[in-house]
Amino acid sequence: MSLSARITAALIVGFAHVVTAVRGVWDGIAPIPGQRIYFANHNSHGDFVLVWTVLPRALRFRARPVAGADYWLTSKLKSFIGKDVFNAVLIDRNSNTRTSDPVTQMSAALKEGDSLILFPEGTRNTGQARLLPFKSGLFHLATANPEIDIVPVWIENLNRVMPKGALVPIPLICTVTFGAPMRLAMGEGKADFLARAESALNALAPERKI
Amino acid sequence: MNGHFIILLGIVLSVLLIATGAAQLLKRRGGPDNLTIQNLTARINAWWVMVAVMAIAFVAGPTGVVVLFAICSFAALREFLTLTNTAAADHWALTAAVFIVLPLQYLAVGMGWYGFYSIFIPVYAFLLMPILSTLRGQVENFLIRVSEAQWALMIAVFCVSHVPALLSLKIPDYEGKNLFLIFFLIVVVQSSDVLQYVWGKLLGRRKIAPNLSPSKTLEGLLGGILSASLLGAALFWITPFSVLQAFALSLVITLMGFLGGLVMSAIKRDRGVKDWGHLIAGHGGFIDRLDSVIFSAPIFFHIVRFYWDLH
Repeated sequence: MSLSARITAALIVGFAHVVTAVRGVWDGIAPIPGQRIYFANHNSHGDFVLVWTVLPRALRFRARPVAGADYWLTSKLKSFIGKDVFNAVLIDRNSNTRTSDPVTQMSAALKEGDSLILFPEGTRNTGQARLLPFKSGLFHLATANPEIDIVPVWIENLNRVMPKGALVPIPLICTVTFGAPMRLAMGEGKADFLARAESALNALAPERKI
Repeated sequence: MNGHFIILLGIVLSVLLIATGAAQLLKRRGGPDNLTIQNLTARINAWWVMVAVMAIAFVAGPTGVVVLFAICSFAALREFLTLTNTAAADHWALTAAVFIVLPLQYLAVGMGWYGFYSIFIPVYAFLLMPILSTLRGQVENFLIRVSEAQWALMIAVFCVSHVPALLSLKIPDYEGKNLFLIFFLIVVVQSSDVLQYVWGKLLGRRKIAPNLSPSKTLEGLLGGILSASLLGAALFWITPFSVLQAFALSLVITLMGFLGGLVMSAIKRDRGVKDWGHLIAGHGGFIDRLDSVIFSAPIFFHIVRFYWDLH
């Protein structure tokens, strides 16, 4: 990691702490080193920053976010942050134009010993529903890597810090909750596995009240 | 001034040393796994940090104190807004609250501009923030949203800013000593919190507000308020007050502090949380530690201003 990338990473993590006072809640898994596939709800471009911020340093620099190349390669700054700072696995979300298979790309990163942070909803959820239906990538990844723990991660409140279209974040306390790890069960089909993953993630979300 | 400051710092540090020693003794007797003792140790350790930060701010002078409380307000506002129902439509109003209202309030406090800081949030922010919230045309929960945002500003910014505002009072024969008014307010109110806890643990039987705060007892309240007020009376020599006046003012601020704790507790219970935040180990959030100061500071400020200030 270059010096400029290191400084940028420290600034981004510091900024995330000031705005969100973010706290990691380890509810079913301990923050100890280990290779994992983290999957989280997706409300904001800052989602993986928060997951990254609460991971202990030893885990942080080996946890690579999976992100859309269409967003992260559109400007020099974004590409620097995406590739150099976060070392993202950039995938082409358009299945008609892409030249490499996203699951192959993600599996290659896992083969190198890295962990992954991914957002199985596939796009930012800006509506009222808690979760959008999961895309099948998580299932294919689990099938190709059955020996790696898959950890649900609920990110709370970041959508209020920076709602869609907002230019300035407002400070609110965020939490990132890590749930119990899961794996693909013997003979489990795609629909069953994705439903189980969705409900594992949903179970981590705090209740909302007026 | 410097002589007094060193004596007071010495007293505070001695109290902390004794508390730390006592907690270590309890730990040996009660075992390291006792949760109450763990929490007690965490609280005392956090007090060391808070005292160190306050001492640094005092040494840095009035500007240091204003900046310290501005930071406390920021943290308190962050905690309060987290529990509100504000929506995306309020984003501009909240941006203004955090990045314009808060800095302007503390700028005016730092300048000693009473005519501005005493009405800016209750009048101007009160009227302008809901206007910003109407811009997106979203009416759902409108009154709830704007009221909660205004409450957040009043509690986290307006009330808290009355602690450093004590610096701008002009009291005859007390020039340059106003930092001691802040010391007096904070030591009396915070020691009342601690003493209520201690008396409650020792003698507490009759619950005083079981629905709001089940740990508060009548015995804790009376013991805490009286002993903290005696402490306040004993501190008269750093204030412009007589012994009796110092005692009476202490009674008022400790009572306000107690009632403030109840009010903030009611909000937490309604929102279904135990603490406002997690940044001060053992205590919870900034508002958990500041709640009694929040309710006593403006009242203390105005009583002192009314009777002692040249205006």
